[in-house]
Amino acid sequence: MLYPATRGGFQTLLDALTLRPEPVSNPGRPALIYLETGRPAQNISRPDFRRTVLAYGAGLQALGLRPGELVIIAHTQNLESIYTFWGALLVGAIPSMFPTLTEKLDASIYMENMKELVRLSGVAAVLTSDEFAPQLRGRLSCPVYTSADLTAAIVENDTAAFRPYAAPPEEIAFLQHSSGTTGLQKGVALTHEAVLNQLAAYGQAIALNPRDVIVSWLPLYHDMGLIAGFILPLVQGIPLVLMSPFDWVRHPAMLFRAIHDYQGTLCWLPNFAYNHSARRIRERDLEALSAASMRLFVNCSEPVYQESHQLFIERFSSLGIRPEMLTVSYAMAENTFAVTQTPGSQTPVLDIINRARLEEELLAAPVAFDHPEAITKVSCGRPIVGTELRIVDDGGRPLPERRVGEVAIRSDCMLDEYYRRPDLQPFQDGWYLTGDRGYIAAGELFIVGRSKDLIINAGKNIYPQDIEAIVNEVPGVHAGRAVAFGVPDEREGTELIAVIAETKDKTLLADQERRQALIRQIRQEVARQSMVTLSYLKLVDAKWLVKTSSGKIARAANRAKWLSEQGRR
Amino acid sequence: MDEEKVREKLRHFICQELIRDDEYQLSDQEGIITGGLMDSFSLAEFAVYVESEFDVYIPDADLTVAKMNTLDQMVARVMRDLT
Repeated sequence: MLYPATRGGFQTLLDALTLRPEPVSNPGRPALIYLETGRPAQNISRPDFRRTVLAYGAGLQALGLRPGELVIIAHTQNLESIYTFWGALLVGAIPSMFPTLTEKLDASIYMENMKELVRLSGVAAVLTSDEFAPQLRGRLSCPVYTSADLTAAIVENDTAAFRPYAAPPEEIAFLQHSSGTTGLQKGVALTHEAVLNQLAAYGQAIALNPRDVIVSWLPLYHDMGLIAGFILPLVQGIPLVLMSPFDWVRHPAMLFRAIHDYQGTLCWLPNFAYNHSARRIRERDLEALSAASMRLFVNCSEPVYQESHQLFIERFSSLGIRPEMLTVSYAMAENTFAVTQTPGSQTPVLDIINRARLEEELLAAPVAFDHPEAITKVSCGRPIVGTELRIVDDGGRPLPERRVGEVAIRSDCMLDEYYRRPDLQPFQDGWYLTGDRGYIAAGELFIVGRSKDLIINAGKNIYPQDIEAIVNEVPGVHAGRAVAFGVPDEREGTELIAVIAETKDKTLLADQERRQALIRQIRQEVARQSMVTLSYLKLVDAKWLVKTSSGKIARAANRAKWLSEQGRR
Repeated sequence: MDEEKVREKLRHFICQELIRDDEYQLSDQEGIITGGLMDSFSLAEFAVYVESEFDVYIPDADLTVAKMNTLDQMVARVMRDLT
């Protein structure tokens, strides 16, 4: 197992266990089991995995891919994207996983975003499916290779002659693309060294051991999916049972079936997934299943609701899931992945604090659970080895315990840079400012909100200005008079997205048919142009929206007004 | 239960619980998921509702956007197995 104390033998991801035929400690266990609804499981041994990724490396090299070149992998989640990623690492290229086009998303908008990315980041090649490639070709200034191209290159070339690139540890291994405003996604560049430091430190934090089995449905274009649900198991020699997020979201019981069938022990889930599982799995899909093999579920990527954990335990305790299995991690792509982790042997610490004092004094003051202003915060745990954490005020000065400020981190697994974005300087005096607001109590981190208006919906980061820009373009909406914000929803366990849009046409609001047509069009446009669905949409006249003295639309004030109309706070 | 009853129950459930807009006039053929009215998470919720309300179990293979995108498709699938 790769822990900080044993990290010495590994200089790069290519030295890691994936390239060894069989880890001595763990012979005969699969590298990967891939599950799809309606199809037999695909069980890939470590020798097979190694042979295949070497063949992919040879094929990619034959296609002309060279060390240091950025390659975008845009597939629906499948084995080919996994082999291609690893093949690109073997060539010394810099792979980055990308989401693919979905049924809802508008193809031309997706293509435009890809074109911008290719131009700004100097992408050397895009690898995608046979169906999708013709649409991309001709629009991009770089080559687009299909599955068929790659297969042909693999067949024609002699894998035996292929020699993996000898990467220096300080070279960029891959990029994780964090979401950003349209067309300007930031590529978080991570070196081999940083990634290995994270895997070693995080392995220790979760007491990773050779008997573990990781089960994941997470997308590989997201840091939690890429690191915890892909690179960690393959490098550490832990079997990975993987499925597609599109499959899981419609058939959530398949996660529990996988845990049962393969004796899963570790699973990472964003908070909404606890609610989705508890509320949307049919009883008969759980018949005769056990999850007693589990060691840890790790709640990560969006604010943690204690209610979601309770719901999960109530629904699944009969399967053998116990409260102490439910842990929490605070993570971000810029730190490769985890910043903190709660211990596996106990339930996360709950901190009951005074909401009014939190808002007014920026102080997390403990109160009794029955205090009228009591709110409960769930601990994210302590920093992992090699990562330091502090809370700073607006001037960057450190704050004492229980004072709320911005979370700042410093570590040995931090990003190298935002790829080809010298305009973005991620560090301030060596510290990375996360944009999240929180406090530290007894050494443990608690998150209370964000410095920006970012919405986190089902683990995805959504910028309200992106949604507003789409709504503003819909004919009938008064341009510049749309506001989008997040609404925390206990039932869903995540933030839902609300939009309030002003229309100039007074008669439209009174005419149910025309009003409905506009609502339909706004919802359709948001779905076509973004990856999200609006949960609430309200059309209003010119008097409704709250504006600042300079005429700007104030998101927080409109959010508060809408919530109070709904009888919420 | 006749088809019209099933249709109205499903329409009400979808507007109230999944679209979160009581006043929404959901037509029989509009794309509910492709039209951005609900997300694919809601397909799983739809399946739970159909089982509890009509005692119809829709297997995972049928819970796809292609097969369950309109009210007409949903009604037809429930009617097929309604006893």
